[in-house]
Amino acid sequence: MQRPILEVSHLKKYFDVRGGIFGKKVGEVKAVDDVSFTVHEGEILGIVGESGCGKSTTGKTILRLIEPTEGEIKFEGQDITSLNYEAMRKLRRDMQIIFQDPYASLNPRHTVEKIISEPLLIHGMNKQERKSRVRELLEVVGLSSYHASRYPHQFSGGQRQRIGIARALANHPKLIICDEPVSALDVSVQSQILNLMESLRDQFNLTYVFIAHDLSVVKHISDRVGVMYLGRLVELTDKDKLYDDPKHPYTKALLSAVPLPDPDVEKERIILEGDVPSPSNPPTGCAFHTRCPMAMDICKDIRPSFEQVEVNHFVACHLYSDPAQ
Amino acid sequence: MSDEILKITSLQTHFFTDQGEIPAVDGVSLTVHKGEVVGIVGESGCGKSVTSLSIMQLVPSPPGKIVGGTIHYKSENLLNASKKRIKDIRGNEISMIFQEPMTSLDPLFTIGNQLREALQIHKKINKKQANQKSIEMLKLVGIPRAEEVMNDYPHQLSGGMRQRVMIAISMACDPEILIADEPTTALDVTIQAQILDLMKKLNHEKDTAILLITHDLGVVAEICDRVIVMYAGQVVEEGTTREILKNPTHPYTKGLIRSIPKLHEKDQKLYSIPGTVPKPKMGMLGCRFKDRCEFAHDRCFSEAPELFSLGNNRYSRCFLLDDTERKVASDAEANTGS
Repeated sequence: MQRPILEVSHLKKYFDVRGGIFGKKVGEVKAVDDVSFTVHEGEILGIVGESGCGKSTTGKTILRLIEPTEGEIKFEGQDITSLNYEAMRKLRRDMQIIFQDPYASLNPRHTVEKIISEPLLIHGMNKQERKSRVRELLEVVGLSSYHASRYPHQFSGGQRQRIGIARALANHPKLIICDEPVSALDVSVQSQILNLMESLRDQFNLTYVFIAHDLSVVKHISDRVGVMYLGRLVELTDKDKLYDDPKHPYTKALLSAVPLPDPDVEKERIILEGDVPSPSNPPTGCAFHTRCPMAMDICKDIRPSFEQVEVNHFVACHLYSDPAQ
Repeated sequence: MSDEILKITSLQTHFFTDQGEIPAVDGVSLTVHKGEVVGIVGESGCGKSVTSLSIMQLVPSPPGKIVGGTIHYKSENLLNASKKRIKDIRGNEISMIFQEPMTSLDPLFTIGNQLREALQIHKKINKKQANQKSIEMLKLVGIPRAEEVMNDYPHQLSGGMRQRVMIAISMACDPEILIADEPTTALDVTIQAQILDLMKKLNHEKDTAILLITHDLGVVAEICDRVIVMYAGQVVEEGTTREILKNPTHPYTKGLIRSIPKLHEKDQKLYSIPGTVPKPKMGMLGCRFKDRCEFAHDRCFSEAPELFSLGNNRYSRCFLLDDTERKVASDAEANTGS
C-alpha cells in the first residue's frame, strides 16, 4: 500500500472583510471551508473547480504561504501547521510550488541562473556546485545550458514555465504543488509541458498536487481528482471513476459543460442556471443547492458531510448519504 | 448558401515597429455566408485577432496598417469606404464582442446607458424607445431582473453577466455579422456553456452570421459550421468543422488536434508539436511550419506552399497535397509495391 505523503484534514481559510472608518471586521470570505484529503507518495492528485472555488488558496495554505485559519496539514506524518518560521523554511526544501503565470512569477531583473540558484543558495550550496546544478536543471527541463545567462523576457511562455519548473526542482523536492501550470499556455506548448511534468514525475519520483480549471488537462495527468465548489470539496475519487460515473450533480454539470473537439460525440448537456454565489455569503446547507437540478428540502438546511459512498469514492451530497442517519 | 455577406481577399495587415515590419496577417482570404457560423482557430500570435480587427478597421494605427487586399461587405469594399460610412456599419451591421468582458464595458456608465448609446447612434429612435428595446435585449440574452440591471454599473455584475451584456449591446441593432473574439476564454466552463448556448440561439433565431475567433477546438466543434485554421499570419487549412476535426490534412492541424487532452478517451501519451510558433517577419522563406513539421522536405525550405484546393471548399497549405507531388508519392508507393 502506498504511503501517504500529505494529509490535509478539516482545512479552513477565512479571509476577513474589513470596512467602515475604523476598519472593523464586517464579514468573512470562506475561501476554503473544511477540506480534507490525502495524497499518496508518487501520486498526482488533481483539484478542479471554477474560479473563486478556493483551489489556489488550498494549494497555498498547504505550503503555508497563506496561514490556514483552522485544520491540520501533515507532511510525512508531521503536523506542519505549528512549525515555526525557521523549521518551515527548512521543510520547504521538500515542498515546492509552480505558479500559474510564467510572466509574473520570474523576477525580470534576474538572470535565469540567479532565479534557479536562489533556492540552492538559501539551502546552503557553494558557488561551484550551484553553477553545475543550474546547468543540469536546465537540461532536465529541456532548455540548454547557455540559457543560464539570459533574462526572463528573452523566453517564450512555454520556456518560462520550464524555468519555473527547474526552480521548483532545484532542491530535490518530494511534493510539488502545481497551481494552474499550463493554463496560460497555448495548446501545442501546453502538451509539451504536460509531457515534461509527467516524465519528471517518473524520473524523480515526485508527488504532485495539480490544481487547474481545465477538466481535460486534469483528467490527462492525474491519478485521482477532487472537485471543489465554493470552498468545499464535493467529490473525490479515481479519475476514471470520476469521469465515467460522476456522483455529485455539480460534477455531472461540470463534465457535461466541457466542449469536446469531436463532432460525433453526442451528449446531454446540463446547463446550470445562474452564477457561482459569493463565498462571503455562501448559501446555507449544501452550497450548491441554489443551482442544483436535484435539490431537495434537506439541502437548504443541512450541509452534507463528505462521505465514502463506494471504495475510494467520496461525495458530499444528500442524494448519496445514508437515509438511516 | 450563395449569399456571401463578407468576403476578405488576400488581406495583409502589417505592423511597423522599431524592430522592422511585421506581417501579422499575410494574405488571408475568407468568406462568410448569411447565417453561417465560421470559426478561426490558431494559437496566440497567429494573426486571428488582427484579422478580426482589420474587418472593423480597429487596428491601432500607427503601428498597424492594412497594406493590401480587400474586405467586401456585401458588395462594398470597406477599405475604400469613408470614415463616416465605416462608423455607420460598425456596431450596426457588423458588430463585435471582445475577449475581456471586464475591460470592454465602461466602468463609469450604467449598463442601460451603454446599451442605449448603440441604439441611439444607429437607429433614429428616442430615449424611451431605446430604453424599451434595451430591456428587451437584456431579456433576450437571459439576464434576470432586466429593469434593475439597466441601472447597475459593470462592476456590480459577474463575468458571465457582463459578457451577456456585451452580447446584448452587439446584438441590439440586429447586425448581419457578429464578430466574436474569444468570447468565452475568460469564463468558467459552466458559464461558457451558457454563453455558447445563447450564441447558438441568436444565430438560429435572428439568422446572424457569426465569425468566431478562438483557440479552443472544443468550442469550434460545439458551434461552428466551417473552420479556418491559421498559423503565423496565414490560413493553413479550411473546411467544414467535421472535415477539419475528423480528417485534418495539414500537419499543423493534425498536430494541434492530437495535442489536446481528450476527456472521453482513455489514457495515452499526449502528442506534442516540437518547437514554438515562429514570430512573423518579412521575407520568410518556404513553408512557415517547416521547422516543426515531421514531413518537411527540401521543397518546404525553398518554396512557399500555396493554398491547395481539395475540392468541396476544402483548402490546405501543404505540398503533400499538391497534385503533382501526390502523384509522385503514389508512383513511388506503386514501385515499391511491385
